[in-house]
Amino acid sequence: MLKNRQDFIAYRKEAVAAYGAQAEKIIVCAGTGCVAGGSLKIYDRLKELMAEKGLHVAVELEVDPHDDSVGLKKSGCHGFCEMGPLVRIDPQGWLYTKVKLEDCEEIVEKTVCKGEYVERLAYTKENCIYKKQADIPFYAGQTRVVLEHCGKIDATSIREYVAIGGYTAFEKALFEMNADLIVEQISKSGLRGRGGGGFPAGKKWEQVKRQKALPKYVVCNGDEGDPGAFMDRSIMEGDPHRMLEGMMIAGLATGASHGYIYVRAEYPLAVERLRTAIAQAEQLGLLGDNIMGTDFSFHMHINRGAGAFVCGEGSALTASIEGKRGFPRVKPPRTVENGLFDKPTVLNNVETFANVAEIINKGADWYLGIGTESSPGTKAFALTGNISNTGLIEVPMGTTLREIIFDIGGGMRGDGEFKAVQIGGPSGACLTKEHLDLPLDFDNIKKVGAMIGSGGLVVMDENTCMVEVARFFMNFTQNESCGKCVPCREGTKRMLEILERIVAGQGRDGDIELLEELADTISSTALCGLGKSAPNPVVSTIKNFRDEYKAHIYDKRCPAGACQKLKTIVIDPNLCKGCTKCARQCPVSAINGKVKEPHTIDLDKCIRCGSCISACAFHAIKED
Amino acid sequence: MSAQFDFAVVDRILAAYDCKQSGIIAILQEIQEHYHYLPREIFQYIADKLDMSEAEIYSVATFYENFSLEPKGKYVIKICDGTACHVRRSIPILDRIRAELGLSAEKKTSDDLNFTVETVSCLGACGLAPVLTVNDVVYPAMTPDKASALIKELREEIANA
Repeated sequence: MLKNRQDFIAYRKEAVAAYGAQAEKIIVCAGTGCVAGGSLKIYDRLKELMAEKGLHVAVELEVDPHDDSVGLKKSGCHGFCEMGPLVRIDPQGWLYTKVKLEDCEEIVEKTVCKGEYVERLAYTKENCIYKKQADIPFYAGQTRVVLEHCGKIDATSIREYVAIGGYTAFEKALFEMNADLIVEQISKSGLRGRGGGGFPAGKKWEQVKRQKALPKYVVCNGDEGDPGAFMDRSIMEGDPHRMLEGMMIAGLATGASHGYIYVRAEYPLAVERLRTAIAQAEQLGLLGDNIMGTDFSFHMHINRGAGAFVCGEGSALTASIEGKRGFPRVKPPRTVENGLFDKPTVLNNVETFANVAEIINKGADWYLGIGTESSPGTKAFALTGNISNTGLIEVPMGTTLREIIFDIGGGMRGDGEFKAVQIGGPSGACLTKEHLDLPLDFDNIKKVGAMIGSGGLVVMDENTCMVEVARFFMNFTQNESCGKCVPCREGTKRMLEILERIVAGQGRDGDIELLEELADTISSTALCGLGKSAPNPVVSTIKNFRDEYKAHIYDKRCPAGACQKLKTIVIDPNLCKGCTKCARQCPVSAINGKVKEPHTIDLDKCIRCGSCISACAFHAIKED
Repeated sequence: MSAQFDFAVVDRILAAYDCKQSGIIAILQEIQEHYHYLPREIFQYIADKLDMSEAEIYSVATFYENFSLEPKGKYVIKICDGTACHVRRSIPILDRIRAELGLSAEKKTSDDLNFTVETVSCLGACGLAPVLTVNDVVYPAMTPDKASALIKELREEIANA
């Protein structure tokens, strides 16, 4: 238990020594992605093999370190999930990709015992072998501030976090700064909320600080509901203490005494890691009453979401923590004066809090040196869809889409051609070829009618139908509409009906205009931010791909060839042997023909299910 | 109310949250983790203990998608239909699994209570798309054929249990 600052300094000194004593570190990725690939078994196997060899394996930082010990750690997500399971070797900085259980022996034999590199586990691209993680193009183009430790440290060890400089920002804030100074630093740094809106964090903190009512709360929004986004999951899994530290500093700055973390139920590993982290911090005395002998007390709580997207909205989230239905409410009053339990509340998202410690450590000027003038710092994006390197990336604000997709992302998957990228999830919009060189920051993206949202980037190629994408998002928003206000509850339903009609080939003249009118009404009258932005995907696809909508409605044709209901299925009479298998498979008896004679499909009956295509042994049936 | 219903589990969970009204979501979550759904017997019981109306508890239980008032299968299969999984064709996987198990969008749980099939809007494992989970274990880079093989495996597990 740390009783004062000296205790903490001594604790850190000891942790640094223990960390430094590990001559070699084998770090196995234990993020959701790599665990699914079997990384925990790899970890166990490595441990077993190393023990067999008589090596001194240290699975945690030891109090009495051996100088020949090998550290074996489970880290959080590296972001390069596609190449997982990943194993990193330090201090060399090597990265082994797609590691299998069978590879463990060679890793122990060569790398651990002899310090040799196992070349066949390297990441290779275009005949080039990338030994070091930092040299791999996917990482080389990134600037990692928030994700700095993800994949490099043991995510379940507070000692390791402290050993690499963790909680020094909190220490500094607690003993050397007062609330005014902290808020001033955060304000000066220009840190803007990473959850979507981009509201200046310092301003929010300042407003809460000024409130007189007690107690005050710090709430972390970890309800990362946007489909296609997993930045916050990775931070919570890979560097949970960093987020806690940010929240604790926010508590100091605003006079709050309790922190609440609201995490999606779909992230069980993140919940587990956070629980461990909180328990460790409490045990050490970094959380609790009179922390390190000061008059600052701070308690941390975790709330698991229960599967409601709307709870990502501030007032719905606080309602949910209070044990109510997650309904947003009319604002004002704002969360800063009337938030959780009707008390002043700082509400920021995971990534925002994860930025705080470094700003306190290195100062606002350092932070201002990264990114653009109006949006300093970096932004984590989840890069997914039809792209070579899917994964989690972090780049300075102002990086262009071209750099993200073609340099870091390695270009399109297969030989597809870039068509569009969906940014910001169901509240966001599509950016197209003409936006490839647009520097991405809060304001630039807003100017073109999109929003950064939480940072999901879904890349789409020419085989993706934009009308179908709009339908997909509308279906999502419609499902997730909480039902409190009419424009969102009814409006999204009507929009979805129209979109479903269009992709099914039943579009009518006037549908596009009707969609636009509904979108306009919803945007101007819905109660909360999620409702207001629900029509965005439709509006932006109409704006950028109006011809595609027209083709569906007037020509009953899907230019991307994606809409099943608009396909025609034909049998090539030259290839058909008349085996009758397709006719027997067809669920609606749309295929006719005599045995050993070419068959035909009655297109009026055909429901385009495609089961004949997979049934045909002669590849005679094709979609047109 | 069923005479046999044993409230010991519910009591333990309620005690862990000091019978606080604000803990209702967490309380229901823990009850569901135990029973795999929310048995109807608990509503009146919790309402009395927390000094809330049964309607309030019911309103919370029906608002959040994760709560189920119907018993769920031994294996809960969640197919991710988030954006990333969707563009990498998750729907054919869902169709195949439903076909294998004779389930549909309306009928989510098999009659023998072995399988429940649901979709989720994102599991945050987009790098491995398309994914599904079986009782929270993630299966990456799925295809309809891999899904069929998985169902076969699970059925064998049931047969051998």
